[in-house]
Amino acid sequence: MSTLTRYRWWILTAAFLVAFTLFTAEFQQPQTTAVLAATLRHSTPLVLGALCGILCERSGVINIGIEGQMLMSAFAGFFVASSTGDLLVGVAAGIGCGMLMGAFLAFLSVSLRGDQIIAGTVLNIAAIGLTSFFFQQGRTLPSGKTSVIKLGPLADLPVAGRVFFSNRPITYLTLLLVPVLWYALFRTTWGLRTRAVGEHPSAAETVGVSVVRVRYMNLMLGGGLAGLGGAYLSLESVGSFERLMTNGKGFVALAVMIFGRWNPIGAWGAALLFGYANAVQTQFQFRGWMADDPQFIGMMPFIVTIVVVAGFVGRARPPASIGQPYNRE
Amino acid sequence: MNLLRSALIPLLAVVLAIATGAVIIELSGLNALEAYRALFDGALADRKGIGRTLEKATPLVMGGLAVAFAFKAGLFNIGGQGQLVIGALFAGAVGYGVTGLPWIIHMPLALLVGAIGGALWGMIAGVLKATRGAHEVITTIMLNFVALNITDWLTSKVWREPGVIVRTPAIEPSAEIPRWSELPTGFALSVAAAFACWYLLERTTFGFEIRSVGLNPEAARYAGISVSRIVVTTMAISGMLAALGGAIETQGVVGRYEPGFNAGLGFNGITIALLARTHPLGVIPAALLIGAMEAGGSMMQFKADVDAEITEIIEALMLLFVATPILVRWVLRRRETSDISVGAHWGDA
Repeated sequence: MSTLTRYRWWILTAAFLVAFTLFTAEFQQPQTTAVLAATLRHSTPLVLGALCGILCERSGVINIGIEGQMLMSAFAGFFVASSTGDLLVGVAAGIGCGMLMGAFLAFLSVSLRGDQIIAGTVLNIAAIGLTSFFFQQGRTLPSGKTSVIKLGPLADLPVAGRVFFSNRPITYLTLLLVPVLWYALFRTTWGLRTRAVGEHPSAAETVGVSVVRVRYMNLMLGGGLAGLGGAYLSLESVGSFERLMTNGKGFVALAVMIFGRWNPIGAWGAALLFGYANAVQTQFQFRGWMADDPQFIGMMPFIVTIVVVAGFVGRARPPASIGQPYNRE
Repeated sequence: MNLLRSALIPLLAVVLAIATGAVIIELSGLNALEAYRALFDGALADRKGIGRTLEKATPLVMGGLAVAFAFKAGLFNIGGQGQLVIGALFAGAVGYGVTGLPWIIHMPLALLVGAIGGALWGMIAGVLKATRGAHEVITTIMLNFVALNITDWLTSKVWREPGVIVRTPAIEPSAEIPRWSELPTGFALSVAAAFACWYLLERTTFGFEIRSVGLNPEAARYAGISVSRIVVTTMAISGMLAALGGAIETQGVVGRYEPGFNAGLGFNGITIALLARTHPLGVIPAALLIGAMEAGGSMMQFKADVDAEITEIIEALMLLFVATPILVRWVLRRRETSDISVGAHWGDA
């Protein structure tokens, strides 16, 4: 009973969303499946961005540059994949690019102890400038984007089959990363160290944990995740690179992270909500509802973000040492 | 001496950024010297070029002021873009929709309505921060997207000029900000705004309160300053400044509101504010520099075949060099962190 009351808002929200989905889909199974599958697809880059934010912030560093990391990695991944013709190499390039940017962020904010928000903004602006300058029209992926992998008989299940078991590789990988990171963060030594560094760096240092090393490592791992998110956009979702193609997803990911209370599982739930807002948008367009005023549908995810950040941040507590450069004395 | 010292780091940052930009141009197989000469010709060689530079610099001064002003209260306003389009559209609506007024009333009225629109838009983020603890970096960015959608809708559905192109009708001559032999007088307005900001921040009690909140919100609260009042009013003023940049653009340069004419200005404001070391008067030369780069960009593309986007890279490099403590420590040989701090209050209500 207590569990039920504790999660009553989640349960009510989920019930409402299911009812709303059925309504917009006019109670037809293919439509419902399409909305749910789109929800999962739209949530993937948000989950990856939010996981990046969680790794960074749990160790005490704000990463406002997720947007830039994703944009740059989307570009790097596409560029490499289109010149080598190998998608796997492209994805690896995206991850590597994200890790490099994570290392750079760590250099600015951990080693040089600069303001973390400004360091992240530098990443964002640099990514816009570099990708716009080196962007060439007309490049394509010789192999096309990543292909759908059906998981055997599971893919034939009525609704869940199409939603969960016939996706593209990065989507599967993301679904796998969520529980893995949850376990790593809350059940392993590495996770304990990360959280200790984020809550009370000098105490962690006293027991022999190197704050600088933990922060460098987490920022690079996080950067790799954001890079994977970028690669998802250019190599799995769209199949090409477009200018400013992240379109605010890196910032929405921050809201997802806050909404999920710095917890990978929570962030996954929150990302599904945002993914749902996007999927319903597509459904609205498909139905031709509000076709004359697409702008109101277009701004929906952003308004949801504002409402979420304004409604939840007061109740959610970030790691204690966040935003402050660490000075070992 | 003090002035020289504080100008040294931005100057070095600019020189380093331009040098690095040259390396990038050379690496992509083009002639950097030729490119920069074309850039200079396009921006400053004749009266027309100077006019173009001033034209570009005007909203940049306002955008830089918006960011710098908010910085003083420890707030990071990334919403300049949204505030600017709101100001530009509202000024355009009053500029064409209100008729029969003399210039002396109509022109300032349009500016005023644009400014109020931006102030209210900026205030949303301030109120959300003061009452709900929502960080302004996230809310202002989200509000940018919302503002773009709303202005798009208003332009295409409510204030649309009949015809194929989505834009508002041309403003009345009585709402225009005139030119003075090719030179846009709107630039003078932005310079006046910079001086007004400087006076407000440095010479009034209100400015003192803003700076106190920026330096230490806890101490300010203890001294009896209402932090939430300062947060809300500072965001409103910051939004108003950015919006005035849009309104001047509409009334002095474009002559109507057209969606998309001002993409990307929001981020420039950050670069300019940091180049100016958040000093309101330092914003003027910083904006002139970026404005000149933008004014000369198309000439550079035309003459030297260098993509005009290189200016964006140079701007990012400037930001990198000026905002990170590498240079500060190297030049001043001080072990200190950056003098600008907005990250320390991430989770605070």
